[in-house]
Amino acid sequence: MSEFFSMGGYGGYIWASYGVTALAMIVLLIATLRGLRSSRIEREQLEAVLQSRRPRRTKKTQQAS
Amino acid sequence: MHRFAKPSVFLKFTAPILPWLSALTVILIAAGLYFSLIGSPVDYQQGHTVRIMYIHVPAAWMGLFCYVGMAICGAMSLIWKHPLADICARATAPVGATFTALCLITGSLWGEPMWGTWWVWDARLTSMLILLFLYLGYMALVNAFDDPERGSKAGSALALVGAVNVPIVKFSVDWWNTLHQPASIVRMDGPAVDPSMQLPLALMILGFTCYYFVVLILRVRLELNERRIRALHLSGMFEDPETPTSAKEQAYEAGHNAGAKQ
Amino acid sequence: MNGFLAILQRDLRLALRQGADSVMVVAFFIVTTTLFPFGVGPEVNILARIASGVIWVSALLAAMLSLERVFQADYEDGTLELLTLSPVSLELLILGKVLAHWLTTGLPLIIAAPLMAVMLNMDQDGFVTLMIAMLLGTPALSLIGAIGAALILGARRGGVLVSLLVLPLYIPVLIFGAGAVEAALLGISATAQLQIMAAILLLTLAAAPFATAHAVRQAME
Repeated sequence: MSEFFSMGGYGGYIWASYGVTALAMIVLLIATLRGLRSSRIEREQLEAVLQSRRPRRTKKTQQAS
Repeated sequence: MHRFAKPSVFLKFTAPILPWLSALTVILIAAGLYFSLIGSPVDYQQGHTVRIMYIHVPAAWMGLFCYVGMAICGAMSLIWKHPLADICARATAPVGATFTALCLITGSLWGEPMWGTWWVWDARLTSMLILLFLYLGYMALVNAFDDPERGSKAGSALALVGAVNVPIVKFSVDWWNTLHQPASIVRMDGPAVDPSMQLPLALMILGFTCYYFVVLILRVRLELNERRIRALHLSGMFEDPETPTSAKEQAYEAGHNAGAKQ
Repeated sequence: MNGFLAILQRDLRLALRQGADSVMVVAFFIVTTTLFPFGVGPEVNILARIASGVIWVSALLAAMLSLERVFQADYEDGTLELLTLSPVSLELLILGKVLAHWLTTGLPLIIAAPLMAVMLNMDQDGFVTLMIAMLLGTPALSLIGAIGAALILGARRGGVLVSLLVLPLYIPVLIFGAGAVEAALLGISATAQLQIMAAILLLTLAAAPFATAHAVRQAME
């Protein structure tokens, strides 16, 4: 097992490259997912407010027209 | 109609694909990792360090692939004025920049044990470095405007200009390199690719490409959400109730069209 | 063609009336070049060896420094909008603006370059090639730079941004410009490099006005 991790003495370089790649890919994915979630929540909140306001407003439009 | 239809079509198409694509990404990368770390032979010249190639080369591939993708998006945005093309290009850039940076880092980690130096001004390394600069310039430009749509459009133009320039840069760097490189330094050519190495390499390239498409879909959704939020804010529905109703109505429709439902 | 000449005349007159712009570009070029001996030491051989590169890098930075003013002022006071709306083709007008930019920055740099070459102890064999290379290279810098200057119109922190956009695109000019001088210093014919530089100039001359016009129209939307 330790032989597997040492990789013929180059373990440090090899695991560092795999590690940094995995880290970067995971961080990019998580950052995207978090941004997506927060943007979706914000959008839904705004749309909910809009929904609650919209009927009143359409009535007004009808009165106006 | 143009603006309304396309984003919703995008969402309708990608929603069922996404879980499958994610699963495929995981499977491909897991299999790729198995074959690159355990199931492949040690190179007779480079020893175990050849294993770095299995992520270095796919990362380089992704760096170029994403830039070509951005340039194609830029061309589509120029020709058809399609908002989704801008959004795709914008969503691609961080992925491409990440992989280009990874290519440089893993190349460094490969170079140190092999040639005893972290960095050589080799033609390929230098070209990748310039590609990273192009990505950074694109991302800086796209994010420098208050109106993200304007930023995306400027970015698309830049991606096209960059794409015309990339071959020229590549040519000039090659030329510069052959002129200046002392002959003693080992060529950057990887080991001749043995069939046993092709499998992990192919798996990783496919895995990374699938990963890109997963992130692309998510980032386009994110971008669409943000546009919708911005449009809703701009519509003035939440700030001043004094705006005439018809204007509000128009703004509401504009907002609705820009974002579309998920 | 009249529009082209008119805009050229106007931009030149503006630049000359303010005067400081060209002087500042040259001063920047000279000061930057002077920094290198302080950085690497005053040893004549080393300076002579790096002279062509130093001059080119400094020229690149100096040409970039003045890019913002190509469109920025016209963008802010609305002139650019009128130019976009005018019946004369925008590409031609932009070519006029770029030519004015080159005449007020590139040309003074070419004149100042041999002076710096002397101070850096560059061998005299390279002087003519340096001038020719700069004559071919600096217009390309202005043309490429104009694309960047147009893209950043309306952006935050435009000045820093334009350098990030434009400098990577300048690399080929730098490589062949410095390469030509180096070849001449080694006593080899620099024709190949100069021909490639001429090709780059022709390519940018053909493509850059369209890209710039596209970017300007975008900024006006």
